[in-house]
Amino acid sequence: MKKSKSARTVIYHSSIIALGFLMIYPILWTIASSLKPENEIFRNSSSLIPSFLKWENYAAGWEGFGGLTFGTFFLNSTFVTTMVVIGTLFSSTLVAFGFARVNFRFRTPLFVCMLITLMLPQQVTLIPQYILFHKLGWVNTYLPLIVPSFIGGIPFFIFLMVQFIRGIPRELDEAAYMDGASTFGIFWRIILPLTTPALATVAIFSFYWTWDDFMTPLVYLNDTKLYTVALGLQMFTDPSALSAWGPMFAMSVVSILPQLLVFLFFQKYLVEGITAGSVKG
Amino acid sequence: METKVDLNQKIQTNKKAKLRNQFRVDLIGFTFIAPWLIGFVGFIVGPMIASLYFSFTDYDLLSAPTWVGFDNYINMFTNDDRFWQAIKVTFIFVFGSVPLKLAFALFVAMLFNTKRRGVGVYRTLYYVPSILGGSVAIAVVWRQLFGREGAINDILGIFGIQGMNWISSPDFALSTLILLVVWQFGSPMLIFLAGLKAIPTELYEAAAVDGAGPVLKFIKVTLPMLSPVIFFNLVMQTIQGFMAFTQSFLITQGGPMDKTLFYAVYLYEKAFAYFDMGYASALAWILLLICAIFTAFIFKTAKNWVHYESEGGN
Repeated sequence: MKKSKSARTVIYHSSIIALGFLMIYPILWTIASSLKPENEIFRNSSSLIPSFLKWENYAAGWEGFGGLTFGTFFLNSTFVTTMVVIGTLFSSTLVAFGFARVNFRFRTPLFVCMLITLMLPQQVTLIPQYILFHKLGWVNTYLPLIVPSFIGGIPFFIFLMVQFIRGIPRELDEAAYMDGASTFGIFWRIILPLTTPALATVAIFSFYWTWDDFMTPLVYLNDTKLYTVALGLQMFTDPSALSAWGPMFAMSVVSILPQLLVFLFFQKYLVEGITAGSVKG
Repeated sequence: METKVDLNQKIQTNKKAKLRNQFRVDLIGFTFIAPWLIGFVGFIVGPMIASLYFSFTDYDLLSAPTWVGFDNYINMFTNDDRFWQAIKVTFIFVFGSVPLKLAFALFVAMLFNTKRRGVGVYRTLYYVPSILGGSVAIAVVWRQLFGREGAINDILGIFGIQGMNWISSPDFALSTLILLVVWQFGSPMLIFLAGLKAIPTELYEAAAVDGAGPVLKFIKVTLPMLSPVIFFNLVMQTIQGFMAFTQSFLITQGGPMDKTLFYAVYLYEKAFAYFDMGYASALAWILLLICAIFTAFIFKTAKNWVHYESEGGN
């Protein structure tokens, strides 16, 4: 009995590890290819072990082209992502508090409106928004990427915060109210400090989605100097620019590194965020 | 008599005070939700109305839009083979990827629904593709993996199978894209896992007492108890599927021969390569309609298969 149990454990772990290896093989392969000399990328291409580690790929890739280094794209992405995270935190906390705690008229219909926009395909507003930004002279600036986050551009985050704030006991608000706190005071001093875990979730998700986002920068940014990492990397894949595969893989690794690091350090918040909306509700 | 008037007056002032108070609350409430409300009106409702208008015009962004009535829609349905191709491709993509992704996510979630040691580490490992899967980097990698001299063919070669360039094959290009999104099964997997953990073990014990085997337990206990979560995942993944853009745009550019022409890619092309904003707006409205119909359909059928604990009188 005991023996069969331990045998089952061995089978369980080995099959999960085997399947897991298959799952992350493409990522390991990217890292391996980024360190391979050019002629090994296509010969024995499935191998994960380069004959020697060619770190020069990273230096060559970082140099970029046309006088623009990958550092420029990195700085651009960092700036845009930081602003979007700030904007998202700002709008989602304020709005969520309003929906979760203030009994204003039309609250329910407006909340329903927000839930509907959760399911709205991005493409539907893409064109008229482009026309609007075009008229405002915002095309080829970061404003179309950043401003929407300050006005609740991604309703998922508001929804997430509302769910979280609803879980905070109302007695805390009432006690503070008795002590003469204003509504804003309750928000700022009572609710906001208690939502820290949810804030972390929101920040991490908006970091991911902005860092990853390809379509919005593609539509709005024309000037290569303004390119984010996603667009910069795409330039590498352009057949006319494509001469070196190693550097391209190297920059692929560099571009996903921030996401990977954030994931490894903060995955707890990520898991909570993904499951919060679906299971509790 | 006097007291009655007094009382009336009192009620009146009370009402007024109440109204004033409600007004104050409204003001506070609207101040808090103002950021979203501005965005909702200015960036969603307004643009959508504008887009509906543009869909009835011919508009290239440079000259003023000219009204063409239903021409865009008529053209689309009667005179545009690529529109139908995009619809076909997108439907195959959605109906191929969503069930596969959810089935795989559920399978992995069930593997992880155990108290064995090391599961936390495995969960992290299996989630990594979902973190990176949407990035340009992975799109680039995918093209190389499935290229003629890519790793997939190299591995197939070990088994003596002659590979091909899967990305430029009309028969297989779409399948490689489906594979890419199925590979990013992490979010539904985590949601399923949370759902599985919430199923009371007594239900399984009761089923075991009744002599149910693992298959029967899965059908009679797991699936019904998980149905709200399946419902949520189904809605979200279906909408995401219809919106898919990056994979096709970066890996196959819609090709070969429009075999991977996602609807969103076709819409992007019309809008930002041809600057045919009127036609693209019409395309966007049809997409919205398709998504709305599917969501409504899933919601409508939900009462037949989604089981809520409170209704079951647990």
